[in-house]
Amino acid sequence: MLAVEVSNIVKSFADKVAVDDLSFSVAQGEVFGLIGPNGAGKTTTIRMLMDIIKPDSGEVTILGEKLSEAAKNSLGYLPEERGLYKKLRVLDTIIYLASLKGMDRHSAEEKADELLNQTGMLPHRGKKIEELSRGMGQIIQFIVTIIHDPQLVILDEPFAGLDPVNTELLKGMCVDLRNQGKAVILSAHQMNQVEELCDRILMVNNGRAVLYGDLAEIKSRYKGDSVLLDFKGELGDEPGIIEKRQHRGYVELVLDGKTTPQQLLERLVSRGIVINRFEMATPSLNEIFLKEVGKNRK
Amino acid sequence: MTLIVPVVALLAIGVVQLISAIIEPSEVETTTIGYVDEIGGFDEYTTQGYIELVRYDTQYEAKAAMLRDDVSEYIVISSPYTSMGVVNRYTLEKQLETPPATQAAIKRFLTSNILSGKVPQETIDLVEAPLRLAITRLTETGAVATEQGGFGNLLIPGIFSLLLALSLNFFASYMVQGLGEEKESRLIEVLLSSVSIRQLLTGKVLGLGVAGLIQVVVWLVSLPLLLNLASSAFGGFFSMIQIPANFIVLGIVYFVLGFLLFAALSAGVGAISPSAREGQQLSLIYSLFAIAPLWLSSLLMLFPKSPIWIVMTIFPITAPVEAMLRLGVSDIPAWELAVSIAVLGLSIIGVLFLAIRVFRAYLLMYGKRPNLGEVIRNLRSC
Repeated sequence: MLAVEVSNIVKSFADKVAVDDLSFSVAQGEVFGLIGPNGAGKTTTIRMLMDIIKPDSGEVTILGEKLSEAAKNSLGYLPEERGLYKKLRVLDTIIYLASLKGMDRHSAEEKADELLNQTGMLPHRGKKIEELSRGMGQIIQFIVTIIHDPQLVILDEPFAGLDPVNTELLKGMCVDLRNQGKAVILSAHQMNQVEELCDRILMVNNGRAVLYGDLAEIKSRYKGDSVLLDFKGELGDEPGIIEKRQHRGYVELVLDGKTTPQQLLERLVSRGIVINRFEMATPSLNEIFLKEVGKNRK
Repeated sequence: MTLIVPVVALLAIGVVQLISAIIEPSEVETTTIGYVDEIGGFDEYTTQGYIELVRYDTQYEAKAAMLRDDVSEYIVISSPYTSMGVVNRYTLEKQLETPPATQAAIKRFLTSNILSGKVPQETIDLVEAPLRLAITRLTETGAVATEQGGFGNLLIPGIFSLLLALSLNFFASYMVQGLGEEKESRLIEVLLSSVSIRQLLTGKVLGLGVAGLIQVVVWLVSLPLLLNLASSAFGGFFSMIQIPANFIVLGIVYFVLGFLLFAALSAGVGAISPSAREGQQLSLIYSLFAIAPLWLSSLLMLFPKSPIWIVMTIFPITAPVEAMLRLGVSDIPAWELAVSIAVLGLSIIGVLFLAIRVFRAYLLMYGKRPNLGEVIRNLRSC
């Protein structure tokens, strides 16, 4: 059973089409990246998945059925804009929001303590939300998102404003969720985080799908005829290389299309050049993103 | 606030009792008024309670006496009195009108002197005594009614109406503020990912409603108890205080209906307001309507039969407070109460329906508050 199945959804606000005929699916046990520039329609799409707003047309199926009030208990949602009750204490906040997801008080308190301990927030359980730093508040909000053991977790910009330590912590928890068989939808602007965590992605621009599918397969589509080389010695004029691009610590060699990377490697080794690093150059997701968004803007 | 009101009332009874026991009443000073009798015949009855009238032969002497502070003021009885009943009064003080005690004393002085020797003293006393009407209200069958009316009947409904208006505004404001804060902090998205709009609104209305109902019930139950306590402590006016029939039942009914209406209005206002502060400002529009019956209460007492009160009893936003206030002043026909409650009920349904639609359309819209035209357009397209 797919965790999410979206078919041809459309959503307009006044005279602006925010989401235009979007279709995709998310399987259980995967991290699915939802990326795109500002105003692309990501948050609108997420809100339609959560039934916060209704699509003008199209269908959304969550865990095999149309989203009902009872089924919302199987979802966890971390919105882009953070917000908690400032005057409420940390533990009370977690327990209250967990109770809205159908958890009883005792279970919620037990699980809350476990997650607070896991995230290093246990000493703060009695504090009011307004006494926490912004990053701490985000951790609490993340705990609220997963405390009820949801089957589908939607994280909208979870790493925004977090320090590197907390970012790694949350990334680890995302991986744990995937390993437990949950479906995780991750919407983020930090392409390096998406590249590290996601199995499949959907890139949205102006409400339409621009890229969709397995991340590795997409990257290989954008792979050029280049290798990255870190070496000792003199390269000289090596046949088969039409361009050399110097980077910090390595050089990018653009091949002529007739020479394979294997052949080049053999020639370099036979010449006695000491090779520290030899790698097929694939563009980063950030580069692919900039290329696609820039293309669409033209 | 629930317990503060009866506790403060209890403290007030206690404090007044204590003060009455400690403080001796001060002596009342005698006031001296000069008079000039230019037509003759006004020589007697110069002591009228705490007011002493002193005769002067001329206006000049009377004025000089007033300027010397021998008298506080003086009057001149001259020919206009016999033809038009006018007496000239001269005073150094700036006043809206003649103090009632002074007016009464001068009236008694004049009347007593005119009638002196012509009728018996008992007749003079009867003419001068203020009219005291002993009112007995009968039922339609001719029996003596349980509820006699009068100012004793007004006190409790008056106080309750004030508390009801405050309570309705307080809870409406709380609803608007809560929604505004949840919207400002974007917490509303987290809530909507767990519950539906209907569940969210119902929860807020019920939660606040139960709290408000407990408050009103505490007030209504404590009122008769405090009344008994005040009557036995002070007697007098307090022993005349009555609670109108059906007051408690109607109090609960109008509170519940009034609260539901205000809650629905507040939900709509909270949804379209980008912040709690703007929501509070918008909510002033209907909050003022709730208080309007209190502003007009003096007119209600003077003209209880005016049709404007019927309109205000039926108009839903003013109905709860107006109905409770009118209970203390006069009878409200059963048909008026029935129509008022029916209109209130239908209004609640209509406003709730609109509030949910507005909620759905505007809850996730942040930034500038939409104007009325935009709201109507979006409601039509919802």
